[in-house]
Amino acid sequence: MARIKFLCDADRCIECNACVTACKNEHDVPWGINRRRVVTINDGKPSERSVSMACMHCTDAPCAAVCPVSCFYTTADAVVLHSKDLCIGCGYCFYACPFGAPQYPKVGNFGSRGKMDKCTYCAGGPEADLTTVEYEKYGSNRLAEGKLPLCAEMCSTKSLLAGDGDIIAAIYKERVTKRGYGSGAWGWRTAYRETITG
Amino acid sequence: MSRRTVGHAISAFLLALMLAFSIPAHAQAPTTAPNPQAESVNEDMLFKQNSRIDGRVSIPDERSRFLIQPQGRDWRMFHEVTMPWIAGLAILGMLLALVIFYLVFGRIRGQYSETGDRIVRFRFVERFTHWMVATCFIVLALSGLNYIYGKRLLMPIMGPYAFAEMSQWLKYAHNFFAWPFTVGILIMFVVWVRDNLPSRVDLEWIKKGGGLTGRGHVSAGRFNAGQKIVFWGVTLGSLAMFVSGLALLFPFTVTGVNGMQLTSIIHGIIGAVFIAGILAHIYIGSVGMEGAFEAMGSGTVDREWARQHHDLWADQADRADPAAPAGRVDPARPRI
Repeated sequence: MARIKFLCDADRCIECNACVTACKNEHDVPWGINRRRVVTINDGKPSERSVSMACMHCTDAPCAAVCPVSCFYTTADAVVLHSKDLCIGCGYCFYACPFGAPQYPKVGNFGSRGKMDKCTYCAGGPEADLTTVEYEKYGSNRLAEGKLPLCAEMCSTKSLLAGDGDIIAAIYKERVTKRGYGSGAWGWRTAYRETITG
Repeated sequence: MSRRTVGHAISAFLLALMLAFSIPAHAQAPTTAPNPQAESVNEDMLFKQNSRIDGRVSIPDERSRFLIQPQGRDWRMFHEVTMPWIAGLAILGMLLALVIFYLVFGRIRGQYSETGDRIVRFRFVERFTHWMVATCFIVLALSGLNYIYGKRLLMPIMGPYAFAEMSQWLKYAHNFFAWPFTVGILIMFVVWVRDNLPSRVDLEWIKKGGGLTGRGHVSAGRFNAGQKIVFWGVTLGSLAMFVSGLALLFPFTVTGVNGMQLTSIIHGIIGAVFIAGILAHIYIGSVGMEGAFEAMGSGTVDREWARQHHDLWADQADRADPAAPAGRVDPARPRI
């Protein structure tokens, strides 16, 4: 089985936010929730870089560890998913997540955050694959259709890579060797305890 | 020297010459073309400047302004390793200490014969508030502990769905019982603060160990030094729990994600110590001491019990009502 990962090549990201929009559309994500976002660092300076960030599907995921009702599970492809039937909306996963991935449909007063929502790597949830109930709770299940996450698939500059960790790391390494520079695999050390040196 | 060797020597010399000139020549070339590698930011650089990476987002959600906050990993360590240990040691340690205390000293009994003449110790409003706060505290403590131990102890027994449903209700209970708890604490503070101001008698009481260990009689007013410690502990502990709890109840209104982590750490540690302290209070107010429970239960105590435990307060009571006939309780008696 593959060990899936995300990799954003910040030297290619043009901050078009198409990944953000595509994700919202593909999964019919509720108002106020962004499963993916583009963060611009050193905005306006020559060193400016934009990074598209969502759930990194961490190794030994912190969200899963702190969940008081253990609603998270990891698939055979290492996708970190959760059950909205179990989630109590306590907000702990947001405090533990290094990438700000967990989102809540409500503002949060009086513990009424609602069920947590986050990037599923386009892999749905615990419900049966490709069912309406799965779509309504977690969005579409592209992995079950044999497709990769839409954000990476439709990235116009192929900055955002999704797929088996070793393969996307090799693609990135090749790019860095060929063009002679690369700002690194953002978040990989925090998520997977490893880095790619080009 | 053969022609071939000369040729080699010349080409080597030319090569050396080329290398010698090529480096400065390259350096002197106009540097108009930007070097993207040299100018780009990277994680190592940013983490040296700050412990987290912040940026700008175009979506209208300020909380998503950061890219990476490795502090989440630290909070996870605290929440999953440190917190269960702190709470476990505080609560089980206190239970063990109380069991040992009971086995060594037993139930503390006074040497007095009941006169049947009962005087009012706690008015209805005091008892009502106390038991309201007590009920809220038990709900808050159990629902709070569920956040730490529920998935470890109850989930394997109950199954994930029943446990998650219960946790959901306990979460709501935690959020809503906090309010009557806080109101009750406020009432208790107003009603009891006057009798809980430290006095000289308290030093003597503490020196003699409160007479708990049977080292002679100790004087006390309406509340002894031990009760004053409980009063101030509860007041300050509740204040800390209320302020931190409020910040947790309205997330991100006063602080960002790292502030929320710190707030939950403070709320958790003080909560655990609070529970341990209240266990001691429950012990001494029930099995630990004769006559203690009826004071808060029925609201009245035997006049002799009062002399034994709170002599200065009993004297006051006598002065206020010297002709109180035995066995009569005047509910209209002003607070003393």
